[in-house]
Amino acid sequence: MSKRHHISVAVNGDDYDFLCEPAQTLLDVLRDELMLTGTKEGCATGDCGACSVMLDGRLVCSCLVLAVETEGKRVDTIEGMAKDDQLHPLQRSFLELNGLQCGICTPGILVAARALLEKNPDPTETEVRYWLAGNLCRCTGYDKVVRSVLAAAAEMRGA
Amino acid sequence: MTDLRYEAPATLEAAVALLGGAGGVARVLAGGTDVIVQMETELVEPELVVDIKKIPGLRAIAPENGGFRVGAATPAMEMVEHAGLCRAWPGVIDGVKLIGSIQVKGRATIAGNLCNASPAADSVPPLAAAGAVARVVGPAGRREVEVAKIPVSPGKTSLAKGEIIESIFLPARAKNSGDAYERFTPRTEMDIAVVGVAINLTIDGSGVCVAARVVLGAVAPTIVVSEECAKAIVGTRLDEAALEKLAAAASAACRPIDDKRGTIEFRVKVAGVLARRVALKALERARHIV
Repeated sequence: MSKRHHISVAVNGDDYDFLCEPAQTLLDVLRDELMLTGTKEGCATGDCGACSVMLDGRLVCSCLVLAVETEGKRVDTIEGMAKDDQLHPLQRSFLELNGLQCGICTPGILVAARALLEKNPDPTETEVRYWLAGNLCRCTGYDKVVRSVLAAAAEMRGA
Repeated sequence: MTDLRYEAPATLEAAVALLGGAGGVARVLAGGTDVIVQMETELVEPELVVDIKKIPGLRAIAPENGGFRVGAATPAMEMVEHAGLCRAWPGVIDGVKLIGSIQVKGRATIAGNLCNASPAADSVPPLAAAGAVARVVGPAGRREVEVAKIPVSPGKTSLAKGEIIESIFLPARAKNSGDAYERFTPRTEMDIAVVGVAINLTIDGSGVCVAARVVLGAVAPTIVVSEECAKAIVGTRLDEAALEKLAAAASAACRPIDDKRGTIEFRVKVAGVLARRVALKALERARHIV
């Protein structure tokens, strides 16, 4: 048995403590220990983006982060995106414009899209497509995803 | 992976001691975008991972002698967002931007890209073309190693047991010079180079190329630093005859494999085509970078 590590981390602004083994990923811990199952496992090798979260303000795949690395860090997941009953404009836009079908890739896409709009509130369609290249969707063909992001961006700019 | 040990030392000396003293397989953990995938897929089952991100200074881009020292734990996105680095070494940034998705670049490092020792690594040809130097620290002390001398074959480096890359130094940008990197992939994103070409060149006041480094990726077991390619353009204005010679030299320098992403014949041809394009892009930048 490996030594278990005691980790303290802020997830969506709340303090959490957990014990983990060195080989457990942040994704494993979010889903299996903290029961935050909004973050999805797709490939578990960093190719699909379904497990996208923010780690200290940087967009990453949580399957490519060891949970032990997160001591003292800030993690933001899809669960923190809506404020109480108020959906984030991106979430509303995806609902209104059918930016999803099966929904497995959606939490990762929403987290990634929010990271884009924080850096670039007025992206072109090409910029949206390149930014989301690491988020695979097997249902939509991406067109409605991209339109949903552009519509949310316009709304957030007050355009 | 049940008896994996994780250490996050606060000094380089401690990291070197841990890696040097490991009985079994040990790995450095910086961005983890290769190491964690290898662990997940059970390609490598280390008994020890040494996280170097808590070592002061390793996650920084520091100006030094007119150039930049990039700490080994600096994520690719921090390089892409660094205005000074983008201005001085746009060709290196061309390569860094292609390393993976935004998510992967949020963690991946150029030192990791180098140590993974894939001949198709996108940041390695432009780093070698730039004359970048890796600072290596190990049980015997520090040494400075040209980036091109780190990978020795697919997955293998020239680093000894216990040695770590501490930083990579990009020298001061010479006047009237420019660099560029392009690769061929069937898709525009999220793919592995079938062929990559990096060129760093300097022109004089009249537009004649006075120095060049040409590096090919994904066409041999390691990157290829081609003297013949450099000779084809030095002393010319990169006119059609020079570009023709460059393309022929690039094709001749290839020793590629045949695989599902490209045949030998295709890679040889594309290396020449890309060399011409990249040379013109580097030239354009040399005219604008003062």
